[in-house]
Formats: sequence, structure tokens, C-alpha cells
Amino acid sequence: MGKSETNGGTPAKGTAKEQPVMLSVSGLTLGYENRTIIEGLNFTVHEGDYLCVVGENGSGKSTLMKTLLGLQKPMGGSITFGEGLRKNEIGYLPQQTVVQRDFPASVREIVLSGCQSQGGWRPFYSKEQKQLAEKNMERMGIRDYAKRCYRELSGGQQQRVLLARALCATQKILLLDEPVAGLDPKVTAEMYELISRLNGEGITIIMISHDIAAAVCYADHILHIGKRIFFGTKEDYRNSDFGRLFLLQEGGENDV
Amino acid sequence: MFDTLIHYLQYPFVRYALIVGVLIALCSSLLGVTLVLKRFSFIGDGLSHVAFGAMAIAAVLNLTNQMLIVMPITVISAVLLLRTGQNAKIKGDAAIAMISVGALAFGYLLMNVFSTSSNLSGDVCSTLFGSTSMLTLSLTDVWVCTIISVIVVAVFLLFYNKIFAVTFDEGFALAVGTKAKRYNLLLAVIIAVVIVLAMKLVGSLMISALVIFPAVSAMRLFKSFRSVTVCSVVVSVICAVIGMLISILAGTPVGSTIVAVNVAAFFLCSMIGRLCRR
Repeated sequence: MGKSETNGGTPAKGTAKEQPVMLSVSGLTLGYENRTIIEGLNFTVHEGDYLCVVGENGSGKSTLMKTLLGLQKPMGGSITFGEGLRKNEIGYLPQQTVVQRDFPASVREIVLSGCQSQGGWRPFYSKEQKQLAEKNMERMGIRDYAKRCYRELSGGQQQRVLLARALCATQKILLLDEPVAGLDPKVTAEMYELISRLNGEGITIIMISHDIAAAVCYADHILHIGKRIFFGTKEDYRNSDFGRLFLLQEGGENDV
Repeated sequence: MFDTLIHYLQYPFVRYALIVGVLIALCSSLLGVTLVLKRFSFIGDGLSHVAFGAMAIAAVLNLTNQMLIVMPITVISAVLLLRTGQNAKIKGDAAIAMISVGALAFGYLLMNVFSTSSNLSGDVCSTLFGSTSMLTLSLTDVWVCTIISVIVVAVFLLFYNKIFAVTFDEGFALAVGTKAKRYNLLLAVIIAVVIVLAMKLVGSLMISALVIFPAVSAMRLFKSFRSVTVCSVVVSVICAVIGMLISILAGTPVGSTIVAVNVAAFFLCSMIGRLCRR
């Protein structure tokens, strides 16, 4: 487990006590129909945090994300957004759907569609929105592909496109659902760097991941959901029996 | 050949047919791209059969303006089909098959039992495959069709960006506050309207062809959503005009000729697309 020690060199950005609260979840119960998946979930995200949500398949990670986005109603408990964060100011990077794989759309069209949230009833995009899209394409390094077709891009490039789109919807917070799923190791590392960079620019990150080793490396807070729930800084997670056990298991698989 | 064509064009009913044909081709292809990409194209198929059933009811009731009953029934079915499509309990495709075949059977049954017409099989055939009704359009029909087409095009243009967002990624659209359900509903209503219109041109069995073929042809050639949409409209209108001209000159049935031209255009586009990729 030496790996996590050396990579953990960057100190977690503040204990965030001085930062305003962005999102706070209390006593949240999640589930489908009558089946409860998670009960009594509590956690708080401060501005500038990088929270990674980990847990096994079926533990409710995606459900949690959908609930945070308001796509699904919680069965109990509450989600409060901090001051100044409106509900349509959340940037979202969903997992890719089957429909998108052979979708004829140019990169620019897709990135622009992220500007929807501010549009209201206006049918067309304004000049500012178009500039915002250009800026975010630049930021993600995909400006050269602006006219290219989405389905012809590589997996990593596609993720950048969707990330640029999410950035058009928000200045403050990004919710990422398995952003590195299906990417090769090199592109995965690039993706993580990119996300860290955005976090460094002041964007709050909430990321769902399978990859616990990377989560501990890049994030500053960990929310582990499953039969037992852990929420805290990554240092605490690493030092908890529970986290240590998981890191050991995961590490054994990944550190080859 | 040209002379014959000019001769035919002097008749108002031929001109009406051409105008209505072009408008229908335009409307149906506009939505085709979205329907195909959203995996909704089967809904169009189901709805056309529902429209046939509704047409049968209208025929039995001896209504002069069949639109009055066909339109509401089809629109309501569109909304219901969309609902069941999202409901996991009855599989969407199974529900659609049930509704469409059921409507087809009841439609024929009604026509058979209650029909006052002397030429029953002719009536059924023309409702299913289009044909003569296209050449018996009144000026009012042309106006109704024009107004509906203008509305469909206007709605599409106004909501173009929203429709794109909802088609490409419903989850994201919802997350940033676009009312995706509302747009799905809007789409369903427009599809229903277009299908009722298109029934006149190609008959209820072949409407899906007007919706699907131009879109799929355009997707072989172009890569952005806008260019695909524009191309599919162009392909559809050209095919409709060519099809109608052929059918006027050669005396072939209108609907099936248009669909045949669309099929040919699809193969042509696939070939061009494949050549360009190399």
C-alpha cells in the first residue's frame, strides 16, 4: 500500500471549515418502489471539495446521484443546497447511453446543449452562450474537434465533450458518474488530471467511482456506501479499519 | 413526356396532390431523425395502425370530416403509447404491437360489419395503401394541410435546441432543468398529427417509411444533427416529388411509388456514404 502514501502527498484542501456549505444531505433514505437501498445517509459538501462516492455495484451510488440531481424523489430525509446554488446550476456527466453511440451530432452541437439551463423559454442560443461553449471546448482541449462527429471520437475525447457540456451548465459544481468507465489506463489518468485541474479552479466535484485507489489519490473526501456507510476525509478513510480493508482488497487487484 | 406532365398539371387536383405531398414529406421527415435516434420509430408504426382503426370508425359513422375523429384518437394513443414505453411493467414494444394489431383488426372488423360502401375491399385497400384519396383533395384539404404543416415546422424550429438536447441525452437535459417529459409529449402529439396527415398520401401501412427512410438515408451522409435534419427533409421532399411524378406519368399507385423511391434513395445514400468514408 505504499502507493497511496506517496500519492497522498498533496494535502487535502483545508478541512473546509471556512468554506461555505454547498450541499448538505441529512437522514436521506434511497430506494426503488418499496425496496430501501440506503438509509439514514448524512454528509455535507463544502465549496471546493472533491468528494468521491465509492461502493459496490448496486449499493445505490447512481441512485444517490439521481436524487441529488432531482431526477428521483428521496424516500426520506432531505437535501439542502447552499446559498447561491440553484438547482439548474449543477453540471452533470452521465454515463454514456446506447443512443449516443451512433448519434449524428457535432461536438459543438453537444457542448452547446449544455447551455440549456439558462435558456428558459428562449428558443435559440445567445451569443454569450455560444462563447461559453467555445470557451469550455478550449478548456477541455477539444476545440479542434468542434465540427467532428461525436460518434467518431475516441472514448476519452467523448468524455471531454460531455465534460465541456457539463461545464456550460455550471460554474460551481460537477456531478460525475463513473467518468473513467471504459477508458484505457493512460486516458483514465488524463481524465483524473483534468478533473483535478477543474477542482483546482474552484469547481466542487462529486464523483462516483469504482476505482477506490484513484479515489483515495485524487479526492479529498470519501463517501463509502454499502452495508456500512463511511463519510469523512480521505485520511480518516485510510486510517479507518473499514477503509483499510477495502483499500487492501482493491489494491490487491489494481496494483499489479 | 414533358407535355403529358404539363397537361396533367393543368388539373387543379394534380396540383393539390403535389402541394400536399410535398408538405407531408417535409413534416414527416423533420421528426424522423429524432424518432429514429430516440428509438421511437416503432411508435410511428403503431400509431399509423391506430389511425387506421380510427378511420374505420369514422367511415362507419359516415362522418364527412374524418379528421375530427381520427386526429383526437391518434393523438391520445400517441400519449398513451409514450407512457407505456416508459413503464417497465409492460414492455414498450409489446404494448405497441398489441395496440397496433388490435386497432388494425378492429378497424377491418368494423368496416366489414357496418360498412355501407359497395366496394369494401377497395375502401380498405385505399386506407391501408393510400391511392385515390390523394387525387380527390378539396381546396379546404389543401389549406388544412398547409396550416398544420406550418404549425409543425414552427414548433420544430422553436424547440429545435430542446428537442436535440432531449434526444441526445434525456438524463442530462432533465438534470439541467429541461422539462424532458413535456418535450416527449410534444413530440408524441406532433408525430400523431403528422401520421394522420400522411395517411392521405401513403396510406396507414406505409407511413413509417416516410418517417424513417429519409432520416436513415441522411444519417449515412451527414454527421451533425442539423445537417442530418436538413438533408432528411431535402431527401424526403425530392423523393415525394419524384414518386408523385412517376405515379402520374406511369399510372402507378402514389403511396407505394413514393416509398419505392425512398428505398432507392436509401441505397443510393448508403453507397455514397460508404464511398466517401474510404
